[in-house]
Parts: sequence; structure tokens; C-alpha cells
Amino acid sequence: MSHHIVAVEDLRYLYPDGTPALDGVTFSIHHGEAVGLVGANGAGKSTLLLQLAGVLLPTSGQARVGDLPVTAKTLPHVRRALGLVFQDPDDQLFMPTVEDDVAFGPSNLGLAPEEIEKHVVAALERVGAAHLRKRPPHRLSGGEKRGVAIAAVLAMSPDVLVMDEPSSNLDPAARRLLIAQLRAFEHTRIVATHDLDLVLDVCGRTIVLAQGKVAADGPTAEVLTDDALLARCRLERPLRLQGCPRCGEGEQVRDVRAT
Amino acid sequence: MARIEAARAGLGRLDALARRDSPASRLDPRTKVLATFAFVAVVASFGRLDLLRLAPLALYPLALAALGDVPARPLLVRLALASPFALGVAAFEPILDRAPAMALGSVVVSGGALALLTVLAKFLLSLSGALLLVSTTPFDEVCVALGRLGLPRALVSQLLLTYRYLFVLAEEAGRLVRAHALRSPERPRPSAGEGARLVGNLLVRSIGRAERIHAAMRCRGFEGTFPVRRSTSPGAGDLAFVAATVLLLVCARRWDLPALAGRALFGVFG
Repeated sequence: MSHHIVAVEDLRYLYPDGTPALDGVTFSIHHGEAVGLVGANGAGKSTLLLQLAGVLLPTSGQARVGDLPVTAKTLPHVRRALGLVFQDPDDQLFMPTVEDDVAFGPSNLGLAPEEIEKHVVAALERVGAAHLRKRPPHRLSGGEKRGVAIAAVLAMSPDVLVMDEPSSNLDPAARRLLIAQLRAFEHTRIVATHDLDLVLDVCGRTIVLAQGKVAADGPTAEVLTDDALLARCRLERPLRLQGCPRCGEGEQVRDVRAT
Repeated sequence: MARIEAARAGLGRLDALARRDSPASRLDPRTKVLATFAFVAVVASFGRLDLLRLAPLALYPLALAALGDVPARPLLVRLALASPFALGVAAFEPILDRAPAMALGSVVVSGGALALLTVLAKFLLSLSGALLLVSTTPFDEVCVALGRLGLPRALVSQLLLTYRYLFVLAEEAGRLVRAHALRSPERPRPSAGEGARLVGNLLVRSIGRAERIHAAMRCRGFEGTFPVRRSTSPGAGDLAFVAATVLLLVCARRWDLPALAGRALFGVFG
């Protein structure tokens, strides 16, 4: 096993119409790291995640997961090692019931029925959704769907958990629960999000993408307080790091908005 | 939009109904699927004027409704909504065939009228059989049962995905129509041209969604087979249900039960 579990080297990807989506992205991520992937709309976050999972393949450069480059031939191995949670749980929960959906991955791995059952139970318990197992996905709330979508990926026992906007459309309580779960996972985690407070809570490291390039890569505490960088990349400090508008220390808020 | 929402809600209610626990829902889905097919086939096998011979077959839906604790009202509403189709099929029968075919006391019923009533009865019986199947068995169980009975896997996957995304698609269609209505207060209903564009929009969105779903499936190792695990096996209840159904269908097909009953009654009283 290589030292870096996810490595991206000079990755370029052009959309079919020739527009560059990723333009020479390079970074590497170690075992057990939790990395926030942030950037403006269209910065290339989702495209990068799809590259890591091999849904899209690079125009040039490469992504590596574990010891393997992500290519058409290595996809089965790559997808066993790296689990991608999609932004819209409705895209991901396509099976008739929650248990069928969580069992989908393990079944495709060719596990025996008893093994599949163990994986299903463990994954659902991990996200506190054991009571939902007989339910059809269309009868779940947004937060429940998200939990089950994560369980469906966890059931494949990936080394790397990759999530696209995991906190979108969640109410505050469901979001808080998600953050607690993400913090508890021992997997290597890559979280693409606009929820910078979530990054602050979950990720020790943050990569900022801007126009398909890495604009910054470093400890979250440093990256998310670099106001000039954030403004350049159409971002702002996490709300928790902004001044309080009620007790008079609201300068920070105005500063960022003025840019 | 109200109609799309109502249709979605109706589908949701049927789905919830099917997921309740009852003696009928505990039967093996394959038993119910086969019984439904057999029932519909026997109903369809009767002749053009066999109205009275169909009467004993009403026992099947009545018994299944009782076993499944299925409320009568929604069932009757669905039957009533669909019955104009049957009436349409046989609408001209009473005009084309006026020869007297049956006398009920002093009332003489023409062949055409009898044929119309027979078509209606067949339609109502078959439809209630099918509705009771989906009211006592979740649709995914029906699909898996069909698969276990030999329906090609690709078709089963198609059915399962269609049912799963019917709800999502209905929500999306509802949102599109609502967005249109809110920006067109004078004429909230889309015109034919606007409707066509909305449908086109829905199609484009569906294609996008289909691509994302396919990507999600491949990310979890999908290689062409759609694994749905069900390990139900028929029990004593299934045996009893099958025996009773077969008995009813065979007797109703083999003998003219209403005539026998009538003769027996006259035998007693006359």
C-alpha cells in the first residue's frame, strides 16, 4: 500500500465542448485524513470527485487511489476502495427498499448472503438508520435519505469516503448529526462542500479550487482565515469565524461582503 | 398540477396500504401473482352472455379484500374511475343486438344489454383482482415475484426502476407545472405548446438523472445484474389460499353454479 491513499497528478479534464474543467490539479492525501474541497460554483469540485471515482476519466494526468491509477481497467478495484456519496440522494437510492439499496454494493462484490446481511446491519447502525431498513426510499425524509445514502457506500467498506455536498438540503439538526457522524468515521474523507462551517468541524485540511486549479492547500484553520484568498476564490470565512453582528464585532462580515 | 399531486398521493396511499401487515400481505407474493393471473384468465374465458356465471367469481376479490383488510372505498373509487373504459368498449352492443336473451321475472334483457353488462362485470372483476394484488403486495415484491417466476431480469429491473422513479418524476413534474403557474397567474394551465416544452424539459432532466443514477450504480459495482434479495417461501397459508382459489376457479369454470344453486333452491321450495 502506498503512503498516499489518494494522489492526483497534473490532472486535466476538458468538457466535451472543450472547456477546461480541471486544469493541472495536483495534491495527495494520506490515510485517515479528512480533507475539505471548497470553491465557487463551477470551480471543478464535483468534476474532481467524479474523476476520483472513475465516472469521468482524465484528458491528461492521472488520479491514483491506493496503489492503482484510476483507469478503465482498474475501476472495479478503485470503486471497492473509494466510495462516492452523490449530492442528490435520490440519484443514489435506486433500489426498492433501504435494505436492498444498502445491500446493492456488497451483492455486487459477490459476498455470501450472511456476509451481505452483516454489512447491511453494520452500515445502517453506523448512521443510526437501522429502523428504516424495510422502508422504500420515497418514504424517507431528506436527512434520512442522506444517512441511508452514506450507509449504502459504507456497506462496501471503502478505505476512502468521498462526498459531494453532504449537508445540502438538511435541516440544522440533521446537519449536526451528519457532522458528528463524519467526525467519527476513521476513513480517509474528502468532502466537497460550500458549507465552510462543516469543513471547520470535520476537516483538518482544506483544498481550495478556483477555475479548475488548486488555489490553496493547507491546514483548514489557516486557509479559511486567509481573507484575501477567500475573496479571490468567491468564498468567505465560515460563519463561526466571522464577527458577531449583535455585539458590535461585525466588521468581518461587512469586509467580506464588500469584496 | 393538482392532478399530478393527487396521482402521486394516490400512488403513495396504495403503496402504504400494501406495506401493512395482514394475512393477505403475509402470503408469498408469487402465490398472489399466480392466483391473480389464473383469476383474470378464468374471468376472461367466459362467453359473451355469461353474466350470471361470473357471479361466484366475485368471491375471490371479496375474500382477498377481507384477508388484506383493504378498505372498500378507495377500491370502489378506482373501479368507478376505470369503468368508463369498459363501457366504451361495449357501448354499441345494446344497439347492435336487440334480440331478447334473458328474462328476469317480467324484465326481458336483450342480448346486447347482457353483453354490455358481461363486459362490465369481467372488467370490474379483473381490475379488482389486479388492484387487490397491488393493495396487499408492495409493487417491488410483485416485480421480484415476477422475476422468480421467470420474467427476464432486465424487465424486472426496468419495472423496479420505473416504480422507484415514478415518485421522483411526479414531484419534478409537479414543481415544473407549479413554477409555470406562479409566473402565469392569468392562465395557470399550460397551453399545448407550453405543455410540450414542459414535457421536453422533464425529459431532459430525466436523461440527466438517468446518467447520474447509472454513475451511482457503477460506483457501487453494478455490472448488469440488479440484485434484489428475497427469500420468502410459501407456507401453510399459501397452500390454503391456493387450494381455495383453485377450487373456486375450477368449480366456477366447470359448472354453472348460479343455475345449480337456483335449481337446488327450487328443489327445496318447489
